[in-house]
Amino acid sequence: MSDTTIARADTTIRPFRIEVPEHEIEELRRRIDATRWPTKELVTDRSQGVQREVAQALADYWTTEYDWRRCEGRLNALPQFRTAIDGVDVHFIHVESKHENALPLIMTHGWPGSIIELLETIGPLTDPTAHGGRAEDAFHLVLPSIPGYGFSDEPTELGWGPIRIGRAWEQLMRRLGYTRYVAQGGDVGSQVTDAMGRLGLEGLIGIHTNLLTPALGDPQALSASPPTKEERAALDQLEAFHATGTGYFIEQATRPETIGYALLDSPIALAAWMIDHDTDAYQKIARAFVDKQPSGNLTREHIVDNITLYWLTRTGAAAARSYWEEGQENARAAGQAPTPVAVPVGFTTFPGEIWRTPRSWVERAYPNVDIYFNEVDKGGHFAAWEEPELFSDELRAAFRPLR
Amino acid sequence: MTETTIRPFRVEVSDEALADLRQRIGAARLPNRELVDDRSQGVQLATIEELARYWASDYDWRRCEARLNALPQFVTTIDGVDIHFIHVRSGHENALPLIMTHGWPGSVVELLEAVGPLTDPTAHGGRAEDAFHLVLPSLPGYAFSGMPTELGWSPARVARAWDELMHRLGYTRYVAQGGDVGAAVTDAMARQAPAGLAGVHMNLLVTGLAGGPHPSETAEERAAGEALAAFQTSGSGYYLEQSTRPQTIGYALVDSPIALAAWMLDHDTDSYVKIADAFVNKEPTGNLTRDNVLDNITLYWLTGTGASAARSYWERAHAQVAAAAASQTPPPASVPVAFTQFPGELFRAPRSWVEQGYPNVLYFNKAERGGHFAAWEEPDLFTSELRAAFRSLR
Repeated sequence: MSDTTIARADTTIRPFRIEVPEHEIEELRRRIDATRWPTKELVTDRSQGVQREVAQALADYWTTEYDWRRCEGRLNALPQFRTAIDGVDVHFIHVESKHENALPLIMTHGWPGSIIELLETIGPLTDPTAHGGRAEDAFHLVLPSIPGYGFSDEPTELGWGPIRIGRAWEQLMRRLGYTRYVAQGGDVGSQVTDAMGRLGLEGLIGIHTNLLTPALGDPQALSASPPTKEERAALDQLEAFHATGTGYFIEQATRPETIGYALLDSPIALAAWMIDHDTDAYQKIARAFVDKQPSGNLTREHIVDNITLYWLTRTGAAAARSYWEEGQENARAAGQAPTPVAVPVGFTTFPGEIWRTPRSWVERAYPNVDIYFNEVDKGGHFAAWEEPELFSDELRAAFRPLR
Repeated sequence: MTETTIRPFRVEVSDEALADLRQRIGAARLPNRELVDDRSQGVQLATIEELARYWASDYDWRRCEARLNALPQFVTTIDGVDIHFIHVRSGHENALPLIMTHGWPGSVVELLEAVGPLTDPTAHGGRAEDAFHLVLPSLPGYAFSGMPTELGWSPARVARAWDELMHRLGYTRYVAQGGDVGAAVTDAMARQAPAGLAGVHMNLLVTGLAGGPHPSETAEERAAGEALAAFQTSGSGYYLEQSTRPQTIGYALVDSPIALAAWMLDHDTDSYVKIADAFVNKEPTGNLTRDNVLDNITLYWLTGTGASAARSYWERAHAQVAAAAASQTPPPASVPVAFTQFPGELFRAPRSWVEQGYPNVLYFNKAERGGHFAAWEEPDLFTSELRAAFRSLR
């Protein structure tokens, strides 16, 4: 192969299909059946972690009713691709709307998420007329898997924090021929989206997030003095999160390889680690398994799709490493004022999120730009997953002025 | 059989359990290599690969089992929980009774090397007057002790159980020692000051961990402050997870031997580096040998105690939160306190910090060698410290 072919191959966009060998699925089932269980927690709530009843209900469902091939079929029914960017093969779903003048949108999942958490929004976002919207609401949708997650490759060198991912997304959008686009994200995706906003990317005309990344740093600085009632409530929620809810966060940010051994070797360890996120999401997921009462689209099947995706792609350690990288990036930036975001910012507060972001925090986090802000009445941390229609409505409203 | 009976105990692990362990190690799915050349992303793949290889092929649990069974082991029910303990009486008259408590990720295994020097000093370079009658209990939820089935087993409750145990053994005047979680228990004993407790020795300053401000005038004090801050910033993931979500990490620790081994090795930097050296370069530090390290991990595995041991952190954190909410400060330690600073410990507690934590400091010394697992790594040096620390209390 000549150098020119290598150079050309480097920007190629290749179609991608998922084909998991049957023996891997059998091996997974065998491991779940062979689980050695701890004794039951000594409390009647989630305060010692994932309750054994929940983990066992999940294991039962996983080995008896669950069918990975359905998820695989669903993903393979979508246009999936891989392309090498900055040395890493990035996997993405790319659904072009049939509507002319649709707005290109790149949407980034979080942890413990994947493209799975965004699948329900594809219909409403790309085909609005079939989902209660208007042709003018249409988006061309790009859903990449973050390097180290899902079907993207693991980085083999250091430095893949949100900023580098943001730059890679810009290349991806260019490669797809989009010169004017918007970006959206929650959780880790909101960090990437926030970083894109601060990079001053030429084609990026606006962002929307559903987790206020700057509040994870110094929420006091975003508050009035003294804080308003809403700010006080959000500060208290953040404090509670930092006090008792960040074990997974600190472990992944400091020792991703250590927890990685558990996440690669034990399906139940992986499932427990992944469902032990915020209290609201945990409780909804626990109800889906124990009482068979899912909240919105947070169904047993969708939850296990996402966990199985991590298992089959062996990405527990690599995904955890993205927290380590973010920590390093923050350490490198310490003491420097962040570059302000210069494009319009949309933000939606979902009531079940770790903290309920008040409008004032969004305005202080993103000064001197147009702000879209709304607080909705349903949904939590996994807003797109849980309430795809409501989530899509928010994106339509947030980006309408930018079309 | 009455509630206070002391029953003999032997360790008997089935061949099936050992075969299952070996099978699981052989079938481990490992992640890709970390992207750094040090421990800053956690336990390194080369360390785990070598540990797994040695564990599945060369390691022999029966050796550890025989070693434990060669010692007098017992179980007795205290406060509703079966407490396992080793009890070695010295051949010397007037030996001082000593209850010594292991920590996490430790067990009685980390204290075994100290049994000889402490109970039989004349065979280990000491004098008859240095002898101890030694009691080594397993903490509730650890190894062969029962798992608590109700809430409330904070270090203070364990401390009360230990006093009951010493009473039950007929010891009316005794001393206590501990590092790590064992130091938290020993600290609680010193504050409860039961009638029989003549003094304590610790090798981790729990009053230093609890927060400051600590003296920071001298270079030594500032260095300790910096080491403590570094631990809290980048080394306390396991601590926070166990204090807040023991059940969640428990699924990993009970189901995957490799997850368990990695979680247990990823303690402080000094001991991690020493243990990694033992496996990768076959250069153990003191008694932190491959076999000894795996004895301890295998003990956690075979007893299925990963989750219940992690729960002890949750209990301690809850006791602290409850005390803070009630504006209760623990009573000062009224018994004499001895402390040895080992150079590899998480932070080198200066004498001023020890004096800040305890009004009655009987003994303070800096050892030349040893780290967090001082008794395990340097049993002779550790023993000399205990002899010197408790000499004036005999």
